[in-house]
Amino acid sequence: MNAPLRRVGVVVMVLFGLLFANLNWIQAYKADEYRTSDYNGRVQVAEYERKRGNIEAGGTAFALSKETDGELKFQRSYPGGARYAHILGYKPVNLAETGIEKFENDFLAGTSDALIANRVKDMFTGDQSGGGNVLLTVSKGAQNTAFEQLRNNRVDAAKGAAIAVDPRTGAVQALVSMPSFDPNPLVSHSTNEATAAYNKLEQDPAGPLKNRALGEVLPPGSTFKIVVAAAALESGVGQQTRIPAGASWTPPTSGTPIRNAAPSICPEDEVTLINAVTESCNTGFAQMGVRLGADKIKEKARQFGFEQEDLTVGHLNEAGHPVAASRTGSMENADGGADPAALAQSSIGQRDVRMTPLQGALIAASVANGGSQMRPYLVRQLLAPDRTTSYYTAKPRELRQPVSGQVAKDLRDMMVSVVENGSGTNAQLRGYTVGGKTGTAQSAPDRPDHGWFIGFALDKNGTPVSAVCVMLEQAGPGGSAEAARIAGQIMRAAIADPGGR
Amino acid sequence: MTAAAIPASSPATTGEQPGVRLARSRRNAELSLLLVAMVLVAAYGAMVEAKVLDTVTADFWMPAAALTAVFLGLHLVIRFLAPFADPALLPAVALLNGIGVGFLRRIDLGKAAPTEREDLAIFAGTGGRQLAWTLVSVILAAGLLTIMRDHRSVSRYAYTLGLAGIVLVMIPAVLPSRFSEINGAKLWIKFGDSFSIQPGEFAKLALLVFFAYYLVRKREVLSLASRRFLGIDFPRGRDLGPVVAVWLVSVLVLVFEKDLGTSLLYFGMFVVTLYIATERVSWLLIGLVLFFGGVYLAYVLGDVVGGPFANFYLRAQIWLDPFADPYNDGYQLVQGLLALGTGGLFGAGPGGGQPGLLPEVQNDFIFAGIGEEIGLFGLSALLVVYLLIVERGLRAALAVRDSFGKLLAGGLAFTLGLQVFVIVGGISKLIPLTGQTTPFLSAGGSSLMANWLLIAALLRISDGARRPVAGGGGKAARPSGGPPEQLHGAPTEVIRP
Repeated sequence: MNAPLRRVGVVVMVLFGLLFANLNWIQAYKADEYRTSDYNGRVQVAEYERKRGNIEAGGTAFALSKETDGELKFQRSYPGGARYAHILGYKPVNLAETGIEKFENDFLAGTSDALIANRVKDMFTGDQSGGGNVLLTVSKGAQNTAFEQLRNNRVDAAKGAAIAVDPRTGAVQALVSMPSFDPNPLVSHSTNEATAAYNKLEQDPAGPLKNRALGEVLPPGSTFKIVVAAAALESGVGQQTRIPAGASWTPPTSGTPIRNAAPSICPEDEVTLINAVTESCNTGFAQMGVRLGADKIKEKARQFGFEQEDLTVGHLNEAGHPVAASRTGSMENADGGADPAALAQSSIGQRDVRMTPLQGALIAASVANGGSQMRPYLVRQLLAPDRTTSYYTAKPRELRQPVSGQVAKDLRDMMVSVVENGSGTNAQLRGYTVGGKTGTAQSAPDRPDHGWFIGFALDKNGTPVSAVCVMLEQAGPGGSAEAARIAGQIMRAAIADPGGR
Repeated sequence: MTAAAIPASSPATTGEQPGVRLARSRRNAELSLLLVAMVLVAAYGAMVEAKVLDTVTADFWMPAAALTAVFLGLHLVIRFLAPFADPALLPAVALLNGIGVGFLRRIDLGKAAPTEREDLAIFAGTGGRQLAWTLVSVILAAGLLTIMRDHRSVSRYAYTLGLAGIVLVMIPAVLPSRFSEINGAKLWIKFGDSFSIQPGEFAKLALLVFFAYYLVRKREVLSLASRRFLGIDFPRGRDLGPVVAVWLVSVLVLVFEKDLGTSLLYFGMFVVTLYIATERVSWLLIGLVLFFGGVYLAYVLGDVVGGPFANFYLRAQIWLDPFADPYNDGYQLVQGLLALGTGGLFGAGPGGGQPGLLPEVQNDFIFAGIGEEIGLFGLSALLVVYLLIVERGLRAALAVRDSFGKLLAGGLAFTLGLQVFVIVGGISKLIPLTGQTTPFLSAGGSSLMANWLLIAALLRISDGARRPVAGGGGKAARPSGGPPEQLHGAPTEVIRP
């Protein structure tokens, strides 16, 4: 029986040789792939060994980490709850992170190259290396006001967004998307709880996870008239130039007449441009759009930022929240020829024109800032874990120059007229010059209209201090007036509490 | 006085019983190796504490010391009752067992709240239970060595053990689920919530004794009185009948208990003992064909018919692509692979991994959990230790003079090796995963006790193998009952190369 026993010994050696070879395959050849696999929670656990940095606005931490007793050493928490959710995002254990938590992940986690000296120092001093802190541009007052006013809007709109920027710098003062959500359950260390909370939010038809201020594109309605007015001003039309208007106007190729929102609006045959803007005269802008032509309007919209697909809001040099591209859409026939009907409708912000709330705020900001559009950003400063060293301080940059100083001044006068004499009176602020433009956009024949307001505030010296866009989805009648009121409140708060420190 | 003039280094010429002195007992080598193993276990415990607690407590040595005490006890028993036993077996098993206890304690430390970690008593948690089970198991092993002074004596109870084996295998199958089912497999006998035994672990040993005895008795008939069919010699049905019946019953029962790993183990055990006994390679071929044919059939049937084969089909699917459903069906295997991959060549260091992320890390996946912390080099070392135990067992089988001993030792050693292959191959995606314990490492009293009994049997057989032939040699006299009446294993085998 010894011969078979020997062979059995060889068989066992072969079996163990296979095990050995296979372990080599897994632990040497495939090791990196497995180590960095998305399914590997180990890297994350290691990540939780280090205290993640704060995300702060106005000296208050709205994302911070506390030590726990669990396997994951630190628990992320968001004291601002739903109020800051769309700015901060969240950093869950098993799901993908979003928002500033995502874009500044390396710095917050302390793994960024910038922090290497810090880590080396901590290795020698024996201190626990933490992550760096991110300071936001957001004004607590403006953010609170935007959140509360949107949530308690008087037209009972369930969805909407508001964004305010400093026209001089592009610093975001407030950014709210409604409905919002509480990010705290999503960062629960119990993956089941976190997944359940996420699934519930994701399946909510109202889309609370959606960042409407940057990601939602809707027809801008009459707010788009500012773009058309800018194109008109550049073609030699002045504030006081009389343009054709009327109670109703039917474009040459289409039987559908364009009417004004109310019979009292520009029934006369001609109105001045400033009056057309102040009253929001549809027939006037439709005819002027057709006269200017699609190319001029599209080009002007592009100069204001329409069609840009790669804009982000976060760190000025690096990644941030991606911004959906605003579009002017097609204004032509199917065969490529001019279509006056389509052009007329597009000129009043209907048909295929789509705009993000951020784009609306940028239009207002460029007008207020003398024609210079600053690149929007959220991250003001990156501070070392011990808060002594600053690794980055935002240096505002001009993004583009959509209009000349003179055109900007004319537009500013006309927008101020809207708030002082026209549809935007709700946005008035004592002691400040406020300009703006309301918009009411049809969404679908059987659905209530969207209400828009874009506007800005100038102080006594004419210095722009805030630009804002408020959008109320399917708000119905009075939506744009309510948007104007909310915009005024946000600007008032932004002026009183001018943002991140 | 002439003896004094002769150099002491020539043991053959000193002493009064040259024959006895020729064969060295090597008990001191065993003792030294055992102490080295225990130092390694203590060092492992210290490293774990340093990593998990950020400090090494004053009590880090206690589990290692408790293990050392009990293994030293077994060493003494061997010294007196089996002085010629293989000296490498005990230290090798003690090392594995100690690492197992240390790793289970490490899991407890990881689970405990930070404030309670430093106060974890040595008998607390899974690690503490394992330590307690080790004490019990080693006492059982010592008991077996004490009772069984000659391995041939167990052959007297071969039929009893064979019957007992079948009964043990069947008990969980006939018990209501609430007394026998854990995690979907009906393999246990549960006494209350905290205590359960897995009779199949013991049945393995009992059935092997029966196989060995029966096959040795029928050896000649099996190899000679055969019918040639398709170029393969088949033994007569009546010769092979009982052993096939016993095997078939146990495998069928296991299939219905959904314990694929153990049925595979029994099948391998059966085929290999048959091969060793008959020396016919054809048995291996038949076994392999039957095995792979059966696996393929089960896979196809699982796909088409489902039912009892669905479980196997699912396992095969998971094995083929665990990443297809990484959060549900494939979760365990995926996490095991990720743990091994994360460990890489050197591992994260004892205490540095995340065994908490692995489901069943204390049982089936302990090798992956350990692998994350000690890396490829550490795992290779563990595999070498297992291989050493298996090959030492086979060496005892080669050297022992009676056929029963050969077959039993060969079967025991191969079974141990096969079990390691099945579970380690399963968690590392070499073969489909089937539930198995990793011998001496996995948490669980039944597995530990059964495997220690297996080691005791190997120690006894190796003692018989290395004991000098000269009558009356050695300190341990033959048991009072004397050797059993001539088994068909005459000491002729020893001469054959």
